[in-house]
Amino acid sequence: MKVTFPHMGNLYIVGRGLFESLGVEVVVPPPITKRTLKLGIEHAQEFACLPLKINVGNFIEAAELGADTIVMSGGIGPCRFGYYAQVEREILRDLGYQYEVIVVEPPDTHFSELLQKIKYLSNGKSIWQVARAIHFGWIKARAVDIVEQKVQKVRPREIIKGSADNVYRWALDKIDQAGDIKGVLQVQNQALRDLDDIPQDKDKPVLKIAIVGEIYTILEPFVNLDIEKHLGRLGVEVNRSIYLSEWVNDHLFFGLARMRSTKEARKFAYPYLRHFVGGHGQETVGSTVRYAHEGYQGAIQLAPLTCMPEIVAQSILPVVSEKEFIPTMTIYFDEQSGEAGLLTRLEAFIDLLYRKTDWKKENTK
Amino acid sequence: MRKKVVGIPKGLLYHYYHPLWESFFGVLGFEVKISPDTNKKIVNNGIMSAVDEACLPVKVFYGHVLELAEQVDYLFLPRIVSVVEKEYMCPKLLGIPDMLLACLTKPPRVIDTTINLRNSHKQLDQALKEICTIIEVPLKEGLKAWQAAEKRQRQYEMYLQSGNLPPGLTFNPRGIPIAVLGHGYNIYDAYINMGMMEKLHDLGATVWTKEMVAPNIIDNFAGKLPKRMFWTFGKQLLGSGLYYLNNPQVKGMIFVASFGCGPDSMVGDLLERFAHRGNKKPFMFITIDEHSGEAGLMTRLEAFMDMIMRRAG
Repeated sequence: MKVTFPHMGNLYIVGRGLFESLGVEVVVPPPITKRTLKLGIEHAQEFACLPLKINVGNFIEAAELGADTIVMSGGIGPCRFGYYAQVEREILRDLGYQYEVIVVEPPDTHFSELLQKIKYLSNGKSIWQVARAIHFGWIKARAVDIVEQKVQKVRPREIIKGSADNVYRWALDKIDQAGDIKGVLQVQNQALRDLDDIPQDKDKPVLKIAIVGEIYTILEPFVNLDIEKHLGRLGVEVNRSIYLSEWVNDHLFFGLARMRSTKEARKFAYPYLRHFVGGHGQETVGSTVRYAHEGYQGAIQLAPLTCMPEIVAQSILPVVSEKEFIPTMTIYFDEQSGEAGLLTRLEAFIDLLYRKTDWKKENTK
Repeated sequence: MRKKVVGIPKGLLYHYYHPLWESFFGVLGFEVKISPDTNKKIVNNGIMSAVDEACLPVKVFYGHVLELAEQVDYLFLPRIVSVVEKEYMCPKLLGIPDMLLACLTKPPRVIDTTINLRNSHKQLDQALKEICTIIEVPLKEGLKAWQAAEKRQRQYEMYLQSGNLPPGLTFNPRGIPIAVLGHGYNIYDAYINMGMMEKLHDLGATVWTKEMVAPNIIDNFAGKLPKRMFWTFGKQLLGSGLYYLNNPQVKGMIFVASFGCGPDSMVGDLLERFAHRGNKKPFMFITIDEHSGEAGLMTRLEAFMDMIMRRAG
């Protein structure tokens, strides 16, 4: 059995760590490229949202490397992601790929089923060994996030553009390779020290912008055209409404770890959006409110074109923007998105925020 | 005393539940005001008010609400989350009251009660209580009106199930049976679908819809999938679609989806794949949005029906 799973930002680091420590042979799909996207567009239905197309591309490329089993998460709706695995299986079947698809459905509905699937995948390892593997994956997810959050702070202030990203890339590779918890933490600390050593302009006026929206789009730089890097170079400190470890915490640990959770974001959504609408629609609205309270100068909503929950959020954001005094912008991504167009929009948005901001007041804060 | 007016927009779920809603408020002594059939003004207002990315039926719904908002005492905008256990409506329907409240400048009193029967059917009692509080009616009367309304709704659903199209659409029982699958608010709104049903009728087709298939048959066929379909309409489309694909009387299938419809992008694709496997029934996927042209649609329908006629000999 050679297991593969779809890409989503740095998820591959967690996935590899988890499966390898379970003793499962794992094939990480090649990094997403234009070819991945092309394969997806060619074989997935035109009206699917972008993540599905890239998933299909991932699976085809992983099959070329010998993968025969797909592990991915499911869902109970109403976001269409919950049915992804079903449609992807049919697409791959029609293309002649012999994949076994294992869908890990949310534990709140079928907990016993979840355990069964883990047991099957891990070849009958004990609960203790499974728990240890999950913990190892979690440590990696945390390390990636801790380093990334520091990078987001350094990027707008670094004197030599690109220095923070060099450290970031190095750290991702090393965290991915680390074979034990000690190794992961060593890389994490080394990366934080290296980031501190980067020469920075501490007096530069820096805008704080929040990235909110659909999880896949905000976590996958190939899809969002590396928007965070662009914002960093334009002198913007970025914070995201969802980080990888938060997603893992919410979905695998029932929010047990003490950290910012989506539940909290949902509370902020009231009274603008009073009911959950699937996906991260309510979190998008709630996080925007929270970021406004925290003094962020703007928020950018990212989503794949035709994403239903985000369309609901987008319809409501103008009111949030008006009442909470936070400028917002919505950017949809699909296979037609271009980097130049994105940059123009970002520059215009940032110009507007610079002019709007009272820098004297900001500096005395 | 003047009768209070309850406004019901003629869009989205109206096309499924109008007997229920109209008779509920009617029995309680309210004047029920329904927005007119979808027309150019309604569509244009909707397009102007909703976000560009919303699907056409949602935009049209905005138009209907704007048409009514200033003429009524109560606006009926329930948040219908789920009507069947373990199933959902589409996310946009879950968010629709909040989306509209973000758009209306001076909304009348809004009946935006949440109906969520996903976990238990008992939530309906709670919802009815809430509605009665908003419209200031004793719960007892409300329950009585509800029973009468439910009866009307059942009668209407039975009428459709016995092989009828909703009143107002011409039905030719002696044509070539074609399954036309799509959300009720698309296939029963002649403005949205540019008179597709009449056109098919004129081309010699007998239109069969998902509303004509009994719920137990739908559940039976939809249950053949490895994973249960969690959208109620998605399940109906898949279940009735699979049923029609297996029915030798049905000569072809037309799937009608709005551009950007999430559930249909999955359900329609699955049905298309199933149609191409096995007995290879002719299948046409029609996407509609505010830019669709009537001439283009006509050409596609004619070509489809020509092909069916040739195959039928």
